[in-house]
Amino acid sequence: MTTAVGTTTRTVKLEILRQDTEGGATRWEKFEVPYRPGMNVISALMAIRSNPVTADGKTTTPVTWDMNCLEEVCGACSMVINGRPRQSCSTLIDQLEQPVKLEPMKTFPVVRDLQVDRTRMFNALKKVKAWVPIDGTYDLGEGPRMPERKRQWAYELSKCMTCGVCMEACPNVSEKSSFIGPAPLSQVRLFNTHPTGAMVKDERLLEIMGDGGLANCGNSQNCVAACPKGIPLTTSIASLNRATSVQMFRNFFGSDHMVD
Amino acid sequence: MSNNREFYWRRLHSLLGVIPVGLFLVFHLSLNFTATGGEDAYNNSTGVMDLVPHSLLLIVEWIVIYIPLLFHGLYGVYIAFTATHNVNRFGTFRNWMFALQRFTGVFLVIFIAWHIFQTRIQKALGADVDFNMMEQIVSNPLMLAFYIVGILSATFHLANGLWSFLVSWGITQSPSSQKVATYVTMIFFVLVSIIGVAAILAFV
Repeated sequence: MTTAVGTTTRTVKLEILRQDTEGGATRWEKFEVPYRPGMNVISALMAIRSNPVTADGKTTTPVTWDMNCLEEVCGACSMVINGRPRQSCSTLIDQLEQPVKLEPMKTFPVVRDLQVDRTRMFNALKKVKAWVPIDGTYDLGEGPRMPERKRQWAYELSKCMTCGVCMEACPNVSEKSSFIGPAPLSQVRLFNTHPTGAMVKDERLLEIMGDGGLANCGNSQNCVAACPKGIPLTTSIASLNRATSVQMFRNFFGSDHMVD
Repeated sequence: MSNNREFYWRRLHSLLGVIPVGLFLVFHLSLNFTATGGEDAYNNSTGVMDLVPHSLLLIVEWIVIYIPLLFHGLYGVYIAFTATHNVNRFGTFRNWMFALQRFTGVFLVIFIAWHIFQTRIQKALGADVDFNMMEQIVSNPLMLAFYIVGILSATFHLANGLWSFLVSWGITQSPSSQKVATYVTMIFFVLVSIIGVAAILAFV
């Protein structure tokens, strides 16, 4: 516990897992930075960047991390904070136990320090066609209307910012397995709900019925517990399980109701 | 496309765990439960098996038990070893169930292999599988403990497996339906465990 009287002498203790190169050796480094009211993890990291000296006085390299929006909508600044994957922008120092332990989300390749490469998530979004296809050689006109209540519900799924927290929390997403992970699966449900997106819904279902797809979910339900946006990921997965059960029979018997 | 079959293997794994392997377990433990009525009751009810022609019994055993069990067990070990457990970081109920499902599954492969060796293979080699045989096996306290842990692992693995079966096939989708399924399957676990443990204790 910090026992200092004024904000000028109070400090924040941090322990950061450092890694200089991709796949390189790791080491823990301790830091102590001046406390300011309302600090988030990023402001503590910025304080280290402006004065890259460890707690025991050794000069080191500034800590590398990703950030962008600073308001928990871009997903770039995710890292493991005191054992939990979350956004470093919206995680406030006042709400954390010290020393604050920072680690990269190791389910992804670590580029350097706290910076990870989330490419596999973006590739997964391409794979499952996580968009509404509206391109044509002529004006396709307006699409079908979406019921307002359905739109409100789908909006919750659209809050996904590809931050990778669910991937880090999932025990089945790792280098040992090819599982696509919860976030891209929920996007399949989102775009298969959209009236225009649903026009290719069988293509998305077929993609997640491939290797490393939907069936690799082991129902630990860590994703829904960890999602910073409260997206009902496990409900999406169970719903897709039903949709793929039906799709499986349609494929097998050569149904002509592929997008009904 | 031939190497793109994981979805179907996983669904088959889920299905076989319930039908026939799960059904067989309930049948097996229920039959064992007749031992609580004494030696004669047990020998009479298991003796019914001997009325089935041997060749037919072998075919049924392979199709209904050994082949589905082997597939479920071996593919299950593969699934178990692709997981990276993190219950120390995410200590939620479901994550514990996820880990326990895999631990009991791997343990059951060992237990069932031993159990089949100790009973079915001995029968094929000429021994009589009856009340006396089981009485001798569980007269060793370590073996009794091994059997009790094996039975509880099997009943848990089936009960929790039923829960994930309901999710994996899209039957329970909403959080509340999954919660109801948790209660139902856990009651099922307790009931089948009572039957199974009472049965093994009847041989003591």
